Amino acid sequence: MTDCTFGFVGQKHKFVVVAADRSAARSIVVFKQDEDKVLELDASKLLGSAGSAPDGVAFTEFIQKNVALYEIDNGTRLDTFATANFIRNELAQALRRGPYQTNLLLGGLDRESPLYADDEASLYYIDYLASSNKVNFGCHGYASNFILSIFDKEWHPDLTVDQAKDLVQKCIDELQKRFLINLPAFTVKVLDKDGIRNLPLAANE
Amino acid sequence: ALASKKKSQQQMSRRYDKVVTTFSPEGRLHQVEYAVEAINQAGACVGIVGKDGVVIAAEKQNVRASNGRLLETTKTSEKIYKVDDHVAVCVAGLSADANVLVEEARLAAARYRYAYGRRVPVEQLVQKVCGLLQLYTQYGGQRPFGVKLVFAGYDDILGTYQLFTTDPSGTYSGYKALCFGQNATNGQSLLRNEYPDEPPALDDCLPLALKVMNKTSDSEIISESTAADDASPHVDLFSLSLKDLGTKDGPKVFSHYLFPQEKIAAIFKEHLAPDAAAAAAAAAA
Repeated sequence: MTDCTFGFVGQKHKFVVVAADRSAARSIVVFKQDEDKVLELDASKLLGSAGSAPDGVAFTEFIQKNVALYEIDNGTRLDTFATANFIRNELAQALRRGPYQTNLLLGGLDRESPLYADDEASLYYIDYLASSNKVNFGCHGYASNFILSIFDKEWHPDLTVDQAKDLVQKCIDELQKRFLINLPAFTVKVLDKDGIRNLPLAANE
Repeated sequence: ALASKKKSQQQMSRRYDKVVTTFSPEGRLHQVEYAVEAINQAGACVGIVGKDGVVIAAEKQNVRASNGRLLETTKTSEKIYKVDDHVAVCVAGLSADANVLVEEARLAAARYRYAYGRRVPVEQLVQKVCGLLQLYTQYGGQRPFGVKLVFAGYDDILGTYQLFTTDPSGTYSGYKALCFGQNATNGQSLLRNEYPDEPPALDDCLPLALKVMNKTSDSEIISESTAADDASPHVDLFSLSLKDLGTKDGPKVFSHYLFPQEKIAAIFKEHLAPDAAAAAAAAAA
């Protein structure tokens, strides 16, 4: 059960951050505190999921394999927009059969090409009812009650990576202080033209 | 002895050519080859990739056959169809078969848009259609499609115009310039000589396409008389290119343009007539 995932774009859309908590718990028992819930779809896409854990894992892995298959079949990588559409479509088709109870944040970086005038990082907020929106920042789960107001106040388009670190730390501090459920550790990944890496924070082991 | 061996081989092939799902002893699928033959008798088709667009010229055989005067003229073409905003297709062969494939291509392009939110890369679309064509050489015992398709389109990811052909076996090829149908070899040799190293401007592709059409027809299909404004068109001249909307960041809009007879006549007068006149003068001298 992922309780929260959040993310935002920075530096005039040159990088994107996607974070999620690391707890794997059921009822009153915590199984592990180092679960990675931000899946790397490929070298330029991150997919954070929140909600029912089995659905989250099954669906995000399904997407990951289909994204890989597309690249093998067609010799070219899907861009973030097309990936978001594909994900949304899969959720929409399953919605009135057996819905996936998973909310997603898709962060991606598209390199300069005939389609993109310049490198562009983007973030898509996709919820379990198969809505999809391109956003500057977003969060799923209970976390949104605490974090959205921080984003509203502190986010601006020219965030540097250092400022991003501080912003993430603010969000985590708020959750650890005010949210009922104990979330001691977070996965925080940043994606830019140099690839995907972990953002070093006190909360990150 | 050699002659009788050849004859018995032909008789052998007769045994294996009735059903498409049977290989001959030489490892050939005769039905597929016969389907390809059907297309070789079709009206000539020329395709040329330019820097800023693709040009297709196609001979309309039913017009020539009936002398054109009794046929009702239409604004749409029976040879060239729009598949999606960025893809058009020219058909040659059995028209009824072609209609089925054009519809399949349209569906495939629309399904891609539905799943991914963008225009399908042209080669992927062609591969999908080829998958269908191949089915009819292996399953169900049904005959192959007697159609050759020429896909002209723009690939968003590569940022270039492209030309592909499919044949009844389900294989496809990409081209810079192509010519097939009756007397195709004449057209192909002309293209080999005259297509430049780099894709030319659209305006240069148009007269070249008409020139190749003339090469492939026995009597000049674009001539003084047939290019007259009131003559019934024997050739469809078509171009696919990006419309210049003047806005830098606006969405891409494509123009599928079927040249009206007057425009074909104008291109003829400007580019082909002087050469024709010079050739006639040289012949007379």
